[in-house]
Amino acid sequence: MTGGLALFVAAPLAGTALCFVAARSRTLQRSVALVVAVGVTVASIALLVHVDTVGPVTTSMGGWPDAISITFVADRLGALMLVIGNVMMLAVLVYAIGQGSRDEQSPWYAPAYLALIAGVSGAFLAGDLFNLFVCFEILLMASYVLLTLEGSDDQIRSGTTYVVLNVVESLVLVTGVALVFATTGTLSMAELPERLAALPDGVALGLSLLLLVAFGLKAAVFPLFSWLPDSYPAAPSPVSAVFAGLLTKVGVYAILRTQTQWFPDSNRTLLLVVAAATMVVGVVGAIAQADVKRILSFHIVSQIGYMIAGIALGGVAAVAAVVFYVVHHIPVKTSLFLVDGIVEQDEGTSALDRLSGLARRSGLLAVLFLVPALSLAGLPPFSGFIGKLGVVTVGLDQGEWWIVAVALVVSILTLVSMMKIWTGAFWGAAPDTDRDGVLRHHPLMAAVTWFVVALTLAVALFAGPIYGFAERTAADLEPVAATPSGGGAP
Amino acid sequence: MSLAQAALIAVLFSVGTFLVLHRSLTRIILGVGLLGNGVNLLILTSGSVPGDAPILGEGATDLTDPVPQALVLTAIVIGLAIVAFLLSMAYRSWTIDGNDVVEDDLSDRRIAAEPDVAEDFGEET
Repeated sequence: MTGGLALFVAAPLAGTALCFVAARSRTLQRSVALVVAVGVTVASIALLVHVDTVGPVTTSMGGWPDAISITFVADRLGALMLVIGNVMMLAVLVYAIGQGSRDEQSPWYAPAYLALIAGVSGAFLAGDLFNLFVCFEILLMASYVLLTLEGSDDQIRSGTTYVVLNVVESLVLVTGVALVFATTGTLSMAELPERLAALPDGVALGLSLLLLVAFGLKAAVFPLFSWLPDSYPAAPSPVSAVFAGLLTKVGVYAILRTQTQWFPDSNRTLLLVVAAATMVVGVVGAIAQADVKRILSFHIVSQIGYMIAGIALGGVAAVAAVVFYVVHHIPVKTSLFLVDGIVEQDEGTSALDRLSGLARRSGLLAVLFLVPALSLAGLPPFSGFIGKLGVVTVGLDQGEWWIVAVALVVSILTLVSMMKIWTGAFWGAAPDTDRDGVLRHHPLMAAVTWFVVALTLAVALFAGPIYGFAERTAADLEPVAATPSGGGAP
Repeated sequence: MSLAQAALIAVLFSVGTFLVLHRSLTRIILGVGLLGNGVNLLILTSGSVPGDAPILGEGATDLTDPVPQALVLTAIVIGLAIVAFLLSMAYRSWTIDGNDVVEDDLSDRRIAAEPDVAEDFGEET
């Protein structure tokens, strides 16, 4: 399977082309999208098993030597992210087909969605920095289209902010790429750690900050998050579910790679402060909102803070905690947005003051919301507890007590804002409408939501093996030079 | 990299940044175009000697690194797609409400419209 990695990008792109050809037939488009998504998902699971048992896989396009060719590399981290990403995107695709909203009926939905799959897969497998940039562009381009598909006033307004900020982010990233190439003479991720370590401290710091700004904007960390809570709620529910679950995590993935492998031991304090600010601002913003989707969007920001905190702490244990956190976070966040999609489908709104008594009408839906909500807040039986425990333990071990304190307080505030949704939308008397009992929605939507919630429970249930895998992943990411941690550059 | 090139890149970056900071989408698009050109020139100057051919020619002893030129080609195509998308969005915005000014976030406007906030900011009457 040495030549096969390119297929993770090529197959969805071929599917995009097919969908354009089949623009007249929704059924044909859906079948193409489903076949491609299922195929890519199955292949990525096989790849993960292969990478874990045999070792990393590399594909160089066109037989050029590694340094100048387009390379795809699948190591443990990349393959793991690929599996989660593809499973989520497949689930949301099925959900969207079940919902059959006006956006999903558009002939451009399926092609854009497949391009998104190609971009996300490519970003996780990119073997050089420029390739990463190109894959970012593919996924961003697809996300621009999905976000503004309807072309309504609201979508264009929030879409403009999203598009312009991300375009600027791309320009910053490509500037970073140019400067990395100018200073090191390579863009290959395999060679960069060595070459970057040889640079003068000041130059390396500049490069790392430039890349951090670019990826930080994508991941929505503290000073650069303001685009997120405004743009995600404007998207149709399935789209915002996949954006919320995945797109910011692509940014986190890039930060994880650059900070642990390329610039180890730099920017620690900066990252810790940014992480704390991200957590606090995100959760305080969430408490202030009065709309389910907006509350959930602010939570994305807040949760990113935990991941950045883990990256900032550094070391194998911390990176393992971050990897586990990402694995837990993606299905949890996606399922919350999927539940909101069901509510919105039935009620026509996600504003808290217009929702009430949902639990009385559908107890199952309430359970579907409560499990990921408690998990997000980090209550013990759920996966969020294990993720937070990992980050907090490392923080205590390293004596960074204040980040631990912030993390714990934010965790309580997360619970508070989740309770705000719970009391506002699910509790209370059902409104006096002529609607009877159960919420009306397509059975596929409920099935997919159940599946994703079950996945979050599975993450908690199989936390041992997953954490073990996360630790192996973190060990892979350790700088090869094996310098004892704490011994900074002279 | 020659001084002229460096100066050109600096001018493109600064003018581009200035334009991107405006509220009118048309100006932002122009700014993105200029910034994109600045970045492309920056890639081109990274790791290559201006004026030399990127191929091993007959008799030519000097050769520039072909990689940045390949990168720039890709970056130009991406820039084209982005500007095309932004233009169509500006057009859509214009057909909806007759201008292309990027408006405030909805909830920002809601908060600003609340009476006590308006008082705090000394709302003009």
